[in-house]
Amino acid sequence: MTFVERLYLWNIAKGMAITLKHFFKKKATISYPEETRPFSPVFRGLQVLNRDEEGRERCTACGLCALACPAEAITMEAAERKPGEEHLYREEKYAARYEINMLRCIFCGLCEEACPKDAVYLSETFAPSNYQRKGFIYGKDVLLIPDPKTDPAGYAKAKGQH
Amino acid sequence: MHLLAIDWVFFAEKLILIVVIISISLGVAMYSTWGERKVAAFMQDRIGPNRAGPFGLFQPLADGLKLFMKEEIFPSSSNKFLFILGPCLAMLTAMMTSAVIPWSSPLSIGGREVPLQIADVNIGILYVFGVVSMGVYGIMMGGWASNNKFSLLAAVRGASQIISYELAMGLSLISLLMISGSLSLRTIADQQAHGFWYVVYQPVGFIIFFVCALAECNRTPFDLSEAENELNFGYHQEYSSMKLGFYLFAEYVNMFISSAIMATLFFGGYSLPWVHIADPNLAAIVGVIALFAKTIFFIFVFMWIRWTIPRFRYDQLMRLGWNNLIPLALANMVITGAIVLWLKK
Repeated sequence: MTFVERLYLWNIAKGMAITLKHFFKKKATISYPEETRPFSPVFRGLQVLNRDEEGRERCTACGLCALACPAEAITMEAAERKPGEEHLYREEKYAARYEINMLRCIFCGLCEEACPKDAVYLSETFAPSNYQRKGFIYGKDVLLIPDPKTDPAGYAKAKGQH
Repeated sequence: MHLLAIDWVFFAEKLILIVVIISISLGVAMYSTWGERKVAAFMQDRIGPNRAGPFGLFQPLADGLKLFMKEEIFPSSSNKFLFILGPCLAMLTAMMTSAVIPWSSPLSIGGREVPLQIADVNIGILYVFGVVSMGVYGIMMGGWASNNKFSLLAAVRGASQIISYELAMGLSLISLLMISGSLSLRTIADQQAHGFWYVVYQPVGFIIFFVCALAECNRTPFDLSEAENELNFGYHQEYSSMKLGFYLFAEYVNMFISSAIMATLFFGGYSLPWVHIADPNLAAIVGVIALFAKTIFFIFVFMWIRWTIPRFRYDQLMRLGWNNLIPLALANMVITGAIVLWLKK
């Protein structure tokens, strides 16, 4: 070692210059609940059951999503549309019960790809939380997107168009 | 009869001053913990505590409350009396040093001159050294009374480290005292108000003093008595609740006081260069602000060093203290003495 190196003080000064540089650097932290990281348009978050532009449910309970699901997280029960319910369901058959177990779901997006009616797709929400396991079995009440006619703000939010 | 008369105003004035200084020291120590975490975070590209209040300013209160709420644990094989005495002594010695620091030039209230210093003893520096070396007992007692191998090892390390570095610290100050010709901290601070700060005359002395202050306060890179990865937690490993809080707090009080002493001895204390204010009260207030600005800068440097340099090995620590710092301090002393003599002739 040279004399300057053996003095060690010079190296300490160099080290302190580095830490001081970092002191004034832009911080990498994102304070999560207040600010969120921007996602790519193809981000796969929690599922949403979509409605068409008239506010009718798109899902026709064909079961392709449940079939495509590698984690077997999706269950559904079909029902027939009664006369007078045309404003609620687009097709003649609809899902009376549609459940996704969020503890099983691996967010692969295969359900979205399988859906012929463009009914299920993955949103940008990604942090589900609950106190009980059964709370993670999301039914239609959670999954269904708000009606664009009666609740356009909620619809836009669920679509990710802030 | 006249001899026994007590000057009650003097008494009240000192009492108020003591209460104010102790609470300020505690407040600064409290916010040093917050500052430490913020500085650490900023140097690691994080933002640090920011949830409790604006900028996390209530974080120290939350931490203090947490420490109070914790269970008091006494190890079954510990010596209970010494176990409690340890943290008390650490806190006491940390607080006592603040008595001789001149916080500013005197205030004048109603024609009465009120010095902003608890006691202007003419052996101020000796007093500081005496009290600081008593601080070893806090560490020693805590480590020994815990009856734990790691704590005892840490206490032995801490004691030998503090004793070794006290030597170099004292020697580095002798050269300063040869220039000032006084041991009173107020005289030294006043001398620097007219002329250069003593760091200009004693750069080597300052560096030695600063390194030794790091060692005395058990700060990184010399925090061998609480080396987490070697000794778990060091001498306060068995402590819980506010007794642990006292130890941690005493460390920050020590840091505050030694920063204030460094500012007073080497950086002009409460005086500002080229600024002379005629009104005594205004001058006193400006002086307090100046001293605190210097002190806080030194506290920042302490933290800055902590988050930059890794810990020394024990043999490196001892070699630095005995083989490098003491000879350097001695040489500095001899050279300063020769120059002082030469200039006087």
